[in-house]
Amino acid sequence: MARAALPGRLNWQLGRVVDTIQQTHRAKSLVLDLPNWPGHRAGQHVDIRLTSDDGYQAQRGYSIASAPEDDGVTLTVDRLEGGEVSPYLTDVVEPGDEIEVRGPIGGYFVWDASLSGPLLLISGGSGIVPMRAMLRHWAAAHPPVQVRLLHSARSLDDVIYRDELMRLAAFDEADVRIALTRVWPEGWRGHRGRIDREFLLGAAWAAKDQPRIYVCGPTGFVEAAAAALVENGQRPETIKTERFGPTAG
Amino acid sequence: MTYLLDGNAIAGDLFAAFGREMTDVVGKCRNCGTASVVAELCVYARAPGAVARCPICDAVVMVVVTIGGECHVHLPALELQEPA
Repeated sequence: MARAALPGRLNWQLGRVVDTIQQTHRAKSLVLDLPNWPGHRAGQHVDIRLTSDDGYQAQRGYSIASAPEDDGVTLTVDRLEGGEVSPYLTDVVEPGDEIEVRGPIGGYFVWDASLSGPLLLISGGSGIVPMRAMLRHWAAAHPPVQVRLLHSARSLDDVIYRDELMRLAAFDEADVRIALTRVWPEGWRGHRGRIDREFLLGAAWAAKDQPRIYVCGPTGFVEAAAAALVENGQRPETIKTERFGPTAG
Repeated sequence: MTYLLDGNAIAGDLFAAFGREMTDVVGKCRNCGTASVVAELCVYARAPGAVARCPICDAVVMVVVTIGGECHVHLPALELQEPA
């Protein structure tokens, strides 16, 4: 598998949608068949380009949700109200359709099973998508590395890949902790409220354990989590961040 | 409206312009001297193009504009270091 594309080779290609899976009321996964796919690393993304009849183009980046070991390339798209691209991808696109894709892209927010140290993933909302690729890569390669996911969502129904995360939590070396910020079911024993400094103190490994930390979510979520981690004594150079916002719509 | 993102958001355009992955490349701000990886730059992507600022001193270090399908990158204050 070619890991890095050759210099200058990042061409748009047509990907055929082979399956769509509704994940939550807002998020939908698209499984793509990409004939010229060089393979990807967990955490990378693709750009998608839509062209209207009059030639107007809109382009957005979407994280890859599938592991390098998986068949096909899966994207999970969160529908943003009033967005130019995401409502088309979640509401209009059907299996058999073709969409323009370029990728894989990204060399910073990536995790490989050969890396040492406990792996700490912190995500908000659809920030779970690149984490899901890392978690599946971890499960497939199964390195001797502990992994912990701290995920924040508005309600349990908003947790993308909820069933898969619960199955993953059954591994001894994996730990999944969900924070619900708005609504929680009766008897909810997980965290209530945002992922804050206090929650991170109890849930993150100490800096001396040299965790590799990845934070992905809306900009405000990422800034708050990264600042709280540093206040708690984590070394900034061990924290990798990826922000998204309305421009991702 | 502008909204703060980071260098990951312009990774595709930068790859297309430079012919290689750029988010893990270190760039030194010519205004304050801070070295950051491109992924950590503050990016405002809702302008007609994208503007990247130094995360420490806020200087505009990079401007990315796509015209007619071609991506143009201007580096007013970023010294890109050769990848290791």
